[in-house]
Amino acid sequence: MQNLLEMKGITKVYPNGVLANDKVDFSVLPGEIHALVGENGAGKTTLMKVLFGLETPDAGEVYYKGQRLQVSSPLHAISSGIGMVHQHFMLAPSLTVTENLVLGAEPRKGLAFDWNTAIKTVEDLSKRYNLHVDPRARVRDIPIGMRQKVEILKALLRGAELLVLDEPTAVLTPQETEELFVALGELKRQGHTMIFISHKLNEVRQITDRVTVMRGGRLIGVRNTSEVTEADISRLMVGRDVILKITKSPPTPGKKVLEVKDLSYFTTEGKPILKDVSFNVRAGEILGIAGVEGNGQSELVEILTGLRMPHAGLISISGQEMTSASPRQMRELGVAHIPEDRLLHGVAADASIEENLIADRIQESDYTGKIFLKSKAIAENGQNLVGEFNVVARSAKTPVKMLSGGNIQKVVVAREFSSSPSIVIANQPTRGVDVGAIEFIHKKLVEICRSGVAVLLISADLNEVMSVSDRLLVVYGGQIVAAFPDASVVSEEELGLHMLGIKTQEAALLKEALA
Amino acid sequence: MISRELIFEIGRTLIAILLALLLGFVIILLVSEEPFEAFGHFVTGPLTTTRRIGNWIEATIPLIFTGLAVSIAFQAGQFNIGAEGQLFFGGVVATIVALSFPLPMYVHVLVALLGAMVGGAVAGAIPGFMKAKWGANELVSSLMLNYVFYRLGLYLINHHFRDPAAGAMVSYRLPETSWLQWFWLPTRVHWGLWVALAAIAFCYLFVYRTRWGYALRMTGLNKDFAAYAGISVTAVIIYSQVISGAIAGLAGAADVLGLYRRFQWQMLPGYGFDGIIIAILARNHPLGVPIAALFLAYIRSGASIMSRMTDVSAEMVAIIQGIMILLVTARAFLSKWRHRAVVKEATKHEVNA
Repeated sequence: MQNLLEMKGITKVYPNGVLANDKVDFSVLPGEIHALVGENGAGKTTLMKVLFGLETPDAGEVYYKGQRLQVSSPLHAISSGIGMVHQHFMLAPSLTVTENLVLGAEPRKGLAFDWNTAIKTVEDLSKRYNLHVDPRARVRDIPIGMRQKVEILKALLRGAELLVLDEPTAVLTPQETEELFVALGELKRQGHTMIFISHKLNEVRQITDRVTVMRGGRLIGVRNTSEVTEADISRLMVGRDVILKITKSPPTPGKKVLEVKDLSYFTTEGKPILKDVSFNVRAGEILGIAGVEGNGQSELVEILTGLRMPHAGLISISGQEMTSASPRQMRELGVAHIPEDRLLHGVAADASIEENLIADRIQESDYTGKIFLKSKAIAENGQNLVGEFNVVARSAKTPVKMLSGGNIQKVVVAREFSSSPSIVIANQPTRGVDVGAIEFIHKKLVEICRSGVAVLLISADLNEVMSVSDRLLVVYGGQIVAAFPDASVVSEEELGLHMLGIKTQEAALLKEALA
Repeated sequence: MISRELIFEIGRTLIAILLALLLGFVIILLVSEEPFEAFGHFVTGPLTTTRRIGNWIEATIPLIFTGLAVSIAFQAGQFNIGAEGQLFFGGVVATIVALSFPLPMYVHVLVALLGAMVGGAVAGAIPGFMKAKWGANELVSSLMLNYVFYRLGLYLINHHFRDPAAGAMVSYRLPETSWLQWFWLPTRVHWGLWVALAAIAFCYLFVYRTRWGYALRMTGLNKDFAAYAGISVTAVIIYSQVISGAIAGLAGAADVLGLYRRFQWQMLPGYGFDGIIIAILARNHPLGVPIAALFLAYIRSGASIMSRMTDVSAEMVAIIQGIMILLVTARAFLSKWRHRAVVKEATKHEVNA
């Protein structure tokens, strides 16, 4: 069979000198679901951006249906029949599903927008592909899973034959993922071709026909999915065997380090984001908070670390009341924080690694005299931490922006873990980092916890929150809806149902578990 | 890595300057009867006599101060478009101190300089404070405050310190104890040069060697990160604007105490806006500021000599200068050339997986 898409010798270098794609040859057969896997920074997204006209390659050619294709813009790609479903949805939240779908290609009646035809188009399309959406609902009111369907329909409406799905399941619950896979199967049956980018190898195994593995900007291999195991793929991705199973000793809970009581937070319009949240974290235990992103976790973490003021409730650290304390005061009591967005909060990307590693301790007498900084001590701190935390970099003086995502995260982890914390608050600590770094960060979290530090782990990644945590809470709609005293006995399905708000634990039971 | 980038930046700046000079020459060719002579005056004029060298250095001194002032604010991620008003007010306060408090030699000039710093710092603190407390855009507020301090300064001088015997709207002559002395006769190069060098050293050490400078830089690079790490962003915004204002205030004092020995500005002198150009040329680095200031002052005095000696008007140089700034600040200028070098470098090495 002839290839539908062929990318030959694609090379892309970013202005900072990162070789994102190195002579990559990538091809897709018509009608298949083709997985594109690799660690973060392996070059998958860059390759797809080249295909979609978002990046111009420095070398290489693209052939689509046997014809040379020079994509200069996404519009061009769309008109050629290539559609992309981005990881972060490109939708206007205040518009309805229908309006979002026909945006830019609105049916008209005279000069006016033909609302009825638009609705009909959407309904027909949705029926044809078995992707159910509510055409009249506003996008901001529909769940994530449905938003994604809107994204897929948007591409289909514009005549996409080849669909690129960039980590489509990253934001979905297990149930929503199942639903998505059924829909993708239907698309395939109707003759569409899909490129499926993912980190989750079980999903790759489940729905794809072939898999292309990338590592360090290069194409490592193409396999028929049915002929390889997950272990094979991960070995190709990382270049060595990875142990994803975490071994940890049983927890030894000590004193309560963090106590949260009836914490509430509202938006400026008065919409509740957090409602009466109460829980404790003890020294020597890892408390996990699972939940689909956007259920109040970000606000909770920002309140606990002093970056945001709560509207009601109490926070105590090691017995001291610290509600509405500043980040400085929180840090002085040993609150370490791994933020969910490392580039926004975690680092100053233009500063060097060693400068980033002293941001929280610059006022300490180890690093500054009365007037001048102790540059020797700062350099030593940098070198030691870079070594201890396996940060791959030319030196500790390298600007952080030159590092890969996983190594930037290691810089953040190194700083926070070396601050001699009493509690580590880790918010999505392994999001968007490669398998090797995930393994490392998990190991470090368990290690520091067992040395007597309290750990609060907030994560939307079920595997992570289940395997790392000792105890587990589920947050939904700004409330804690379930508590499990032993994380190791909870099933993924059970957790998923709570995360979606379908199941709720009884209030009395919950109260007891949280006391 | 850094040094390669630095070399590229310096190279690019030099090429931009050369291109701008070339364009300037083309323009002179078009408007002048004696283009070669005119261009010769422009390029080498400032170096031909001791007096001219002196003029060049004199013009550099206030530019160093305003360049540093703007750089410090830029490093903190703040705009200071108010350097103009701050230096004007600094000059006014220096005049008032010089005229109102008779003090012995040396002490007097130091107190006058201090007064100028306080004046500039107050003018700088207002936008900083308003930004930190109420989120008022410092770009707008510092720009608007230029007119406030300009008029306030004129009011103080014209109504309280005006010399009625002088033929123009100027203050009384300052007592000699308050002068920044000329030390390289016959030129008017004055002690302000040493103050400027001290200010450069101070800025460099402050920004790169102290914890407050560190906090300032981190805030400028990523203020969300600074806040997260426990740095008080509010404090940084205020003290960066205060320091910036204080240094800008010295620019005014330098000209008043060093050159004119009385307050004679009836218009804003423009150094504050020049400071922005210098900060951009120097990439906000305190050690780059004197070079950029020398450069700007050089083309200014070259232009002035050219317009005096030939038929080319001084306005021409404003055009040449504008082109130069455009080329130097355009980030994409020559970036293709640079990208090609980056690609070559990156594909040469094997990637370690």
